[in-house]
Amino acid sequence: MADDKRIDAATGTEIKHHEWDGIQELDTPLPRWWLWTFYATILFAIGYMVAYPAWPMIDRATGGLLGWSSRGALDKELAAREQQMAPIRQAIADTSVTVLPHRPQLMQAAIEGGRAAFRVHCVQCHGSGAAGSKGYPNLNDDDWLWGGDLAAIEKTIADGVRNPDHQATRQSLMPAFGKDQLLTAAQVDDVVAHVRAISGQDRANAASRRGAKLFADNCAVCHGPKGAGDRTVGAPNLADAIWLYGGDTDSIHDTVWNSRHGVMPRWDDKLDKVTVRMLAAYVHSLGGGETRPETLTKPGG
Amino acid sequence: MLMTGSPSLYEKRKGVYPKAVDGFYRRLKWAVMVVTLAIYWGTPWLRWDRGPYAPDQAVLVDLANRRFYMFSIEIWPHEFYYVAGLLIMAGVGLFLVTSAVGRAWCGYACPQTVWTDLYQHVERFIDGDRNAQVRLANAPWSLPKIVRRLAKWAVWLVIAFLTGGAWIFYFADASTLQQQFWTGTAAPVAYGAVAVLTATTFILGGFMREQVCIYMCPWPRIQTAMLDEKSLVVTYKHWRGEKRGSLKKAQAAPDIYGDCIDCNQCVAVCPTGVDIREGPQIGCITCALCVDACDAVMAQIGKPRGLIDYCTEDDALAEQKGGAPRAVLNTLLRLRTLAYFALWIGVGAAMLFALGVRTRLDISVQQDRNPIFVRLSDGTIRNAYTIKLRNMEARPRRMQVSVTGLANAKMWTDAGSREQASSALTTMVAADSVEKLRVFLLLPSAGPVREDFAFTVRATDREGGGDSEPARFERP
Repeated sequence: MADDKRIDAATGTEIKHHEWDGIQELDTPLPRWWLWTFYATILFAIGYMVAYPAWPMIDRATGGLLGWSSRGALDKELAAREQQMAPIRQAIADTSVTVLPHRPQLMQAAIEGGRAAFRVHCVQCHGSGAAGSKGYPNLNDDDWLWGGDLAAIEKTIADGVRNPDHQATRQSLMPAFGKDQLLTAAQVDDVVAHVRAISGQDRANAASRRGAKLFADNCAVCHGPKGAGDRTVGAPNLADAIWLYGGDTDSIHDTVWNSRHGVMPRWDDKLDKVTVRMLAAYVHSLGGGETRPETLTKPGG
Repeated sequence: MLMTGSPSLYEKRKGVYPKAVDGFYRRLKWAVMVVTLAIYWGTPWLRWDRGPYAPDQAVLVDLANRRFYMFSIEIWPHEFYYVAGLLIMAGVGLFLVTSAVGRAWCGYACPQTVWTDLYQHVERFIDGDRNAQVRLANAPWSLPKIVRRLAKWAVWLVIAFLTGGAWIFYFADASTLQQQFWTGTAAPVAYGAVAVLTATTFILGGFMREQVCIYMCPWPRIQTAMLDEKSLVVTYKHWRGEKRGSLKKAQAAPDIYGDCIDCNQCVAVCPTGVDIREGPQIGCITCALCVDACDAVMAQIGKPRGLIDYCTEDDALAEQKGGAPRAVLNTLLRLRTLAYFALWIGVGAAMLFALGVRTRLDISVQQDRNPIFVRLSDGTIRNAYTIKLRNMEARPRRMQVSVTGLANAKMWTDAGSREQASSALTTMVAADSVEKLRVFLLLPSAGPVREDFAFTVRATDREGGGDSEPARFERP
């Protein structure tokens, strides 16, 4: 090979062996600083591979002498973030949920925190936009089984609904009028016709008029004489346009016949007080939140 | 000639010790240096009164608040297309300048050229001119040499520090930042930027010099590709210069020898160490100091100036065939140059027009998609929107948000409640800021299934103004 060397007479530089359309290339030496920079990058790469996780092994990469890991870096960042958030969380913890709206900045922080927590803990049932689905309430609307002010929402989240083994949980019980033979099949049909009528979905007819009497005897104790519901016992308003399990005849019939007992877990044993409060603030901000705490009397007949 | 053995991987840098020179182009270079450095160092200290709500620094890149101020123009992040326009102008400007006057940017205005020139002047002041510099470089290390070197590096470092230091003033209020800088309370990134820029200026301007142009910079390669035979470049008129010989030989045999007396002055003054008599080459930044040097020599030996001169390749060939030299102005006026110029002016004019008619009040509406609508207990349908109100003026403004095209629509924000719903909302938007509103919109009467309508926002202060944004109302 050494014999093949061709030297360009004008520059004294070796000519490379390839040629394109008669153009040849000089093997011009590199500047010293360039080469040293290149060697430095090689040294850096070796150092880097020793110091940081680099070589893939069977189940994990080599650890690296510095002990750095992406998981550790994330933990550190999360801890720093937590520390940064600590004063805000403390302020939210120290502020009663009814006072929160009077401190708009804190309320805004609570809503943002609640939005994040909602996406982790609540979307499984209530959906990512909190629109709910059959059996899972839509949290955007203005219909509340247990009350829609901040305190009521906070309690619902903390204690849950029909949560077994928890004293403070929201508790209500609708009898299974058909299944338990409290009403006959015909009577159930009449009650359903009445409910359809008071919710404005059907005109009053003979069946609904029969159902009105049955409703007053069996249902009004919880749902109120006009079916407007009662938040103290979580009885839904039957006269409005919102139906948790559907408002068509079959769905209402199913509800009256079998009864419905939706369950929501209590969260005060899984989430801290601040997160629950932030969730309440977020749910309240979705558009249906009520400004004044509802009076705990039955809605007037 | 190296004929045997393997050539080294290394090429040792050949020292370049440019000789001082005087002449038209040297003075032009001084002028450009003074102007560009004055702009660089002076700009952050220019004040521009924008009222109490905005900074009064004439040119300020406020990264923290994402604003860019340039005299009376204030650019918001969403107006970044102005920067794109400037980049297009810079690109076309490069075509334009290169097409017209070749590598004039490299020779006069490039920061590497300007700072290297400044450093070389310092070097000449401390070490002496070319010959003294060569002697000093070859001398063994001694106390005087060490003192001279340390003095030179110290002055270089001061210049480098001032260079790096001035940079950060473009990103924060200059006088405040200066105080913070000296009292150690400035942001760490400020010290970092100054340190990095000081180091790069010191190394690139002091030691790398022409190596930056030859090995590191992509510009000469791009520019070389853009030059054509009608571009002005520094040209050695070899048909007039050759055959070279000493003055004595030339006088003895004027028929054999040309005007070039091989005095080597053109090489001695070249900041990149190029011999222009070998023809166009990548190291030549067309600064024309060789023209100054050669013209001085020609004047001394009583020959006409312009043995080395700015000349297009076409003109050089014409002159070689006996044609008369063409005026420089004529080389500028050609179709390619004029086309670039028209394009450049066009982009600039379009941007100026856009600046003139742009609005300082902006609304953007984003509709909630999840859920897309909400049925309320009374059967009405509610939609939700996130509305951003941009007040791009340096004063607080009262803004009113209203809905057109949707009869009987009522709205409220998440700070209010349905009882407070009304047909329009009013809110204060602070100076130079964005107000985000979450708005619930209710349509009480049963309307068409879908209806396009517009949110309008109107600033209700003295100067008025308005903006609107179309949105949709979704129903089951």
